[in-house]
Amino acid sequence: MLLGLLAAGSRHGYELKRAHDERLPRARPLAFGQVYSTLGRLQRDGLVAPSGQEREGGPERTAYALTADGRAALERWLAEVEPPMPYVASTLFAKVVVALLVADADRARDYLVAQRQAHTERLRELTAVKTAPSASLDDIVAADFAIAHLDADLRWLRTTLDRVADWHREVHS
Amino acid sequence: MTQLQARGVVKAYGRTPALRGVTLDVTEGEIVAVTGPSGCGKSTLLHCLAGILRPDAGEVSWNGHRIDTWSEAARSRLRRTEFGVLLQFGQLVAELTAAENVALPLLLAGTGRRAARTAALSWMDRLGVAELADTRPGEMSGGQQQRCAMARALVTEPRVLFADEPTGALDTLTGEQVLTQLVRLAREQRTTVVLVTHEPQIAAYADREVILRDGMVDHTGLGLDTPLPGGRR
Ligand SMILES: Nc1ncnc2c1ncn2[C@@H]1O[C@H](COP(=O)(O)OP(=O)(O)OP(=O)(O)O)[C@@H](O)[C@H]1O
Ligand SMILES: [Mg+2]
Repeated sequence: MLLGLLAAGSRHGYELKRAHDERLPRARPLAFGQVYSTLGRLQRDGLVAPSGQEREGGPERTAYALTADGRAALERWLAEVEPPMPYVASTLFAKVVVALLVADADRARDYLVAQRQAHTERLRELTAVKTAPSASLDDIVAADFAIAHLDADLRWLRTTLDRVADWHREVHS
Repeated sequence: MTQLQARGVVKAYGRTPALRGVTLDVTEGEIVAVTGPSGCGKSTLLHCLAGILRPDAGEVSWNGHRIDTWSEAARSRLRRTEFGVLLQFGQLVAELTAAENVALPLLLAGTGRRAARTAALSWMDRLGVAELADTRPGEMSGGQQQRCAMARALVTEPRVLFADEPTGALDTLTGEQVLTQLVRLAREQRTTVVLVTHEPQIAAYADREVILRDGMVDHTGLGLDTPLPGGRR
């Protein structure tokens, strides 16, 4: 991500953090420490290089720019297809399995109902964000991503609730 | 203020129970999603609320007046003047063009031809089907017909819009466009919307979600312990 933000021209750490938080409005904000440690690692690997110093009364700030290797790494990253869900793993899924293991269907069901409620509320919130007349394309694209995933989770929660109920009925009949 | 109210509504088709005592209050300007598995009674509830079907038992009220006891003619007038109805299945008149279909409710209400066509075209434009104005339903795709039917339901600027799976035949982006128009209208004009859907993403446009299960409103989160009619599931 940082390589991508540097593609537009050289920037120093603070600008990178701000650009990141603006482009990914619903992501967890980047910590400064994280920006500097990542820049350090990228510099060590020869993907970015310091491109100038700046001092405005405050502490000295170093701007970084992509190197040719960095640009090539960015191209590779963009071209590379991500493995589609290589492992079926999610805390949601794990909790249902564990609830069935250590407790019983009622416990799994209570959890599923509560989680469904929380998911539904979040889905409604993000839909409101997206339909607000002031929403920018960045907001909409970010909300779409979250909405599609919440929607998928909700479908799974609903189906699993029905399955757990059937299973429960089988065991208790 | 409660605008639309169902009290213990029961409805069966022959021996098939569809609604088994549904109580629901809808406030003016509210967008309510009705969800639940296929066959749980969503469409039947919508028909009862809109005065299309008369319940076997229970009451349906509009602004405090019981409408389930009204004559078909009186209910039909109410639907024409106050309600916009978008049903789940086929509803455009095959012999008329899209614009004529959309203008129809206005013409029935006595609006002049020219004004009706202008209003029809403006709604068709908002729903992205203006270029189909002179096409007949038989030559349109399912999603295009659905959007024309939506334009027709909205053209009278009803107090309540009943919409049964309004995006069922639409891709995600087109569905979003239709819902955005719908929500915008509802917010601007305090139009009440009763939106039937089985998709979580669509239900999320509503202020509130009512889940039906086996003909009853589910208050328990997912009502899996609801007794089943004759042991059926
Ligand atoms: N015209 C009809 N004649 C006989 N039975 C009917 C009729 N319409 C609906 N039913 C039955 O009534 C019950 C409720 O049907 P309804 O159409 O209200 O369900 P729904 O929730 O809208 O389902 P879907 O999501 O599939 O549209 C079902 O069991 C259905 O088989
Ligand atoms: Mg239906």
